[in-house]
Amino acid sequence: MIYDSVIIGGGPAGLAAAVKLAEKGYEPVIIESRDRLGGIPLQCIHPGFGLHLFREDLTGPEYIYRFIDRVEELGVKYVLEAYVEEIVNYSMISKKVRITSPRGVEVVEGKTLIYAAGARERTRYEIGLPGPNAAGIYTAGEAQTMMDMYGVMPGKRVLILGSGDVGLIMARRFVLEGAEVVGVVEILSYPSGLVRNIVQCLEDYGIPLYLQHTVKEIRARNGRVSEAVITRVDENFKPIPGSEFTVDIDALILAVGLRPRVKLLKELGVRIDPNSHGPVVNDWLETMDAPGVFVAGNALMINDYADYASMQGYWAAESAIEYIENKGLPSTRWRRVVPGENTRLVVPQYLSGLRDAWLYLRVSTPLENARLVIPGLGREIPLIHALPSLQLRLMLRREEILRAGEEVVVEAVKD
Amino acid sequence: MTEELVITCIICPMGCRIRVLKKNGEVIAVKGYSCPRGREYAVQEATKPLRVLMTVIPCINGDLPVVSVKTNKPIPRDKLLEASKYLASVSVKAPVEIGDVIVENILGLGADIVATRPCRRVKN
Amino acid sequence: MRIVVIGAGITGLSIARVLTRYDNLEVVVVDKNPDVGWGVSKANTSIIHPCHEEDPDKHPLRTKLCLEGHDKWYEWTRELDIRVKWPGEIMAATSEEEIRVLEHYYELAIRNRVPGVRLLRGEELFRLEPTLNPEVIAGLYAPSAGTIDPIGACIALAENIVDNGGRLLLGRRVKGIRVGDYRVLGVETTGGFIQADLVVNAAGLYADEISRMAGISDYTIHPRRGQYLIYDRTVQPKPSRIIHSAPTQKTKGVYLVNTVGEVLLVGPTAEDLPSNMRDANYTTREGLEYVLKQAMKLIRKLPPRELVIRTYAGLRPEPSTGSFILRFHEDPWGFIEAAGIRSPGLTAAPGIAGYIEKLIREHVELKPREKWNPYRRDITRPKMLPATERNRLIRENPDYGRIICQCEGVSLGEVMEAVKRMKKIGVPEVTLDGLKFRAHIMVGRCQGTFCRPLTSFILQERLGLEIWSLKFNLEGSFYGVGRVKDLFKKPVEAGEK
Repeated sequence: MIYDSVIIGGGPAGLAAAVKLAEKGYEPVIIESRDRLGGIPLQCIHPGFGLHLFREDLTGPEYIYRFIDRVEELGVKYVLEAYVEEIVNYSMISKKVRITSPRGVEVVEGKTLIYAAGARERTRYEIGLPGPNAAGIYTAGEAQTMMDMYGVMPGKRVLILGSGDVGLIMARRFVLEGAEVVGVVEILSYPSGLVRNIVQCLEDYGIPLYLQHTVKEIRARNGRVSEAVITRVDENFKPIPGSEFTVDIDALILAVGLRPRVKLLKELGVRIDPNSHGPVVNDWLETMDAPGVFVAGNALMINDYADYASMQGYWAAESAIEYIENKGLPSTRWRRVVPGENTRLVVPQYLSGLRDAWLYLRVSTPLENARLVIPGLGREIPLIHALPSLQLRLMLRREEILRAGEEVVVEAVKD
Repeated sequence: MTEELVITCIICPMGCRIRVLKKNGEVIAVKGYSCPRGREYAVQEATKPLRVLMTVIPCINGDLPVVSVKTNKPIPRDKLLEASKYLASVSVKAPVEIGDVIVENILGLGADIVATRPCRRVKN
Repeated sequence: MRIVVIGAGITGLSIARVLTRYDNLEVVVVDKNPDVGWGVSKANTSIIHPCHEEDPDKHPLRTKLCLEGHDKWYEWTRELDIRVKWPGEIMAATSEEEIRVLEHYYELAIRNRVPGVRLLRGEELFRLEPTLNPEVIAGLYAPSAGTIDPIGACIALAENIVDNGGRLLLGRRVKGIRVGDYRVLGVETTGGFIQADLVVNAAGLYADEISRMAGISDYTIHPRRGQYLIYDRTVQPKPSRIIHSAPTQKTKGVYLVNTVGEVLLVGPTAEDLPSNMRDANYTTREGLEYVLKQAMKLIRKLPPRELVIRTYAGLRPEPSTGSFILRFHEDPWGFIEAAGIRSPGLTAAPGIAGYIEKLIREHVELKPREKWNPYRRDITRPKMLPATERNRLIRENPDYGRIICQCEGVSLGEVMEAVKRMKKIGVPEVTLDGLKFRAHIMVGRCQGTFCRPLTSFILQERLGLEIWSLKFNLEGSFYGVGRVKDLFKKPVEAGEK
């Protein structure tokens, strides 16, 4: 059996891709690591999902069950509790995936592959937070799994390090379950999460947000975290002596960012963009180094909304269909997309000029009354209030792209 | 007496700081908004902020120990914790489907508690 | 007669294993921790040293036991199926002064009859280890160096001890040594009195306190802290040989080790701490920076900080005497010390065990057992098996096809086997660390973010325990603080809000 597409990951991106393929009469198979479809939204019990895709405000599980129900209706095949050991790019029209599951070891073959394996959270060790290895120190995602999948309280006096969205959302969850959140500490001068979450997760409950602060030291008692020393930092993120204060806690929750899970792609020889930390792809969301391997969702780049991940899933599925029909994508002269001034990342990294394309990007510093400029294309978009934490999205028309030379520079210019 | 409230608008990512002036509880002026929806939001926030409660409650014999729930309409913000606390005495038996009503008219606030995640029955 | 070994670390367990060979000895190991190897043995550099750093003039016994221990590890790791590899090591010099240090150790290698040691320069050196920093001007290559899974070794020894009729009493702190008529009579523990004819003190960091309980106070122990970083398995370049700096007057050697788990271990510091800081096994900014600075001199390119997956610190016991303390006391008779087991204690452990055995034989007639099982098999690791065998295993037990750790590809079957083996050696309750050290979950890139809650949930379903009440390790190290909404049920907590 050769599937039209092997989809790795049954979350917002993978499920959307599967639905799109099946609706168009193609036969995908989903490889999912957990014992159920859905991925991370299953544990995101807060609203804010579906605003872009369904024009409705849904919770994570409600959002993802729209896709799961559709997958079941369409009779899409899937393998649960399946671990991908290796991806082999056998030929243009054969991608072989070796998996282990309770069914045994097997090779699943597809004409294309859609990689939608999501992201992982950064840990305290990556950010260089020393101290004891004690109980009570968890990433926001692990705390969320504990609480909202398995009904376990991770702590009752909590400090949150980092102001990423999952951390903010967990701050509110802790308060609403009767715990105390002593504060959110952010090393930058601006929050990393969405404004809505700052307001509805922190301000609503009077939780202090310590900007330009960090946790300098943690201490443990009897095997569990007991104290954190918070300090103000200067513009080079160096602690300012004398600004320290200590808080008593029994849990430290880290919301210090996500990284695309790209290990399997790396093993396939796919280049990783140091800005997005995801694979280098073209405007079909196909990796530039492995034809017929498409990437969507948080494995591609960290998205602000599950909706965006699903939209990328649709995009990858449409690309896969084009690929299947033509046994590959057309040969073309690629235009490289380069993040310019004040721009942290742009995805996709290559444009063909053969199709319209969405650009996803982030600025690298907070900007007031600035303009997003793509000089080669003559495009300009006003940015009234732009933060690095806000993912921007814009559509480029094919005709515009054709005007560009070998490089398409995207930059944010202050007036 | 007059008071001024500063509301950070969440309607769009711009995050306008909207100033709402109240006199004896009545809104007398709104400044700093960029769109009508923002103005409406600021007035609502300044007078009667509403929120959807989301939490989890035990699901007996389910495939997961808890099922996620929410209020099917927003409730006053200052009632969130009380409602969550009330739910400490509530549990359900699997199976549960999305939208199942678990508590009707919680605390008389006019909102029902509904399930937002299915919970399959796995044990007896 | 009964012999009680205090301390279930690499030293105590090696001794206990050797003593299970005798018919007339009933071997009991006690430890304050609820599992084996949680003290000094847990956090060290994991090296089986070639022993050319031991000075036979200053420390003749230590040198002898290091050499014996090193060679015994060849057998023991096979018999007990302990993860080990023998990549050899390079002591690297970056200055003329350090070359003199290399030459000194080369001389010691000859004196100690350490095999195959060579002084290398230039092309030959870099062909042997291409990841070396180009600034390295010479290297002392010792091909007999190995790297082992130290806590895996403790677990293997414990299982072998139990297979041969020995017993482990874990989670019992020794409160006193009962002595009468100039002999040891037994050990008072938090779990009751244990009668003993012989008592071995292998209490690591706390050996001086145990000795004092028997009236011996001619030495003290202070902790020497070592801090380490671990890099992800995917980092490049990753040395294939063990690389370390030449120890000088000013600096101790820092090691780069591609461990048996295929991660890059960098460390340690050597910080002498006062005796009252025996629980200071935490890392510091300064310590980790020191390690990185030293390591940078050794390797062509140190991986970026982003790829550090864990940092940790261990405490090594430094005896005031500077040497291993290995004695059979006549007063109280039967009190035996295997104390002050500082570096190279891991290497020397089988040698120390042999030496203690000899000391006992000088005082007690020992009768060898007719049947003694030297073998122990490790947990089945499906990922090491060919596909056909793995399929057979999964058909018999689908848990071996349920991969719960996505980073390292560990199956639920391995976790459940770990649970079974913990029970077998007398671990009083399943801990997360116990599972980590046996099944190797929670050790990869994500450090358990995904697999810790999942494993805990499965254990709740299968063993009937509460997720939140699972401990990482120590008494207060609960995973959670209760169930969601429990905080509303306790009036004091709720009253605060």
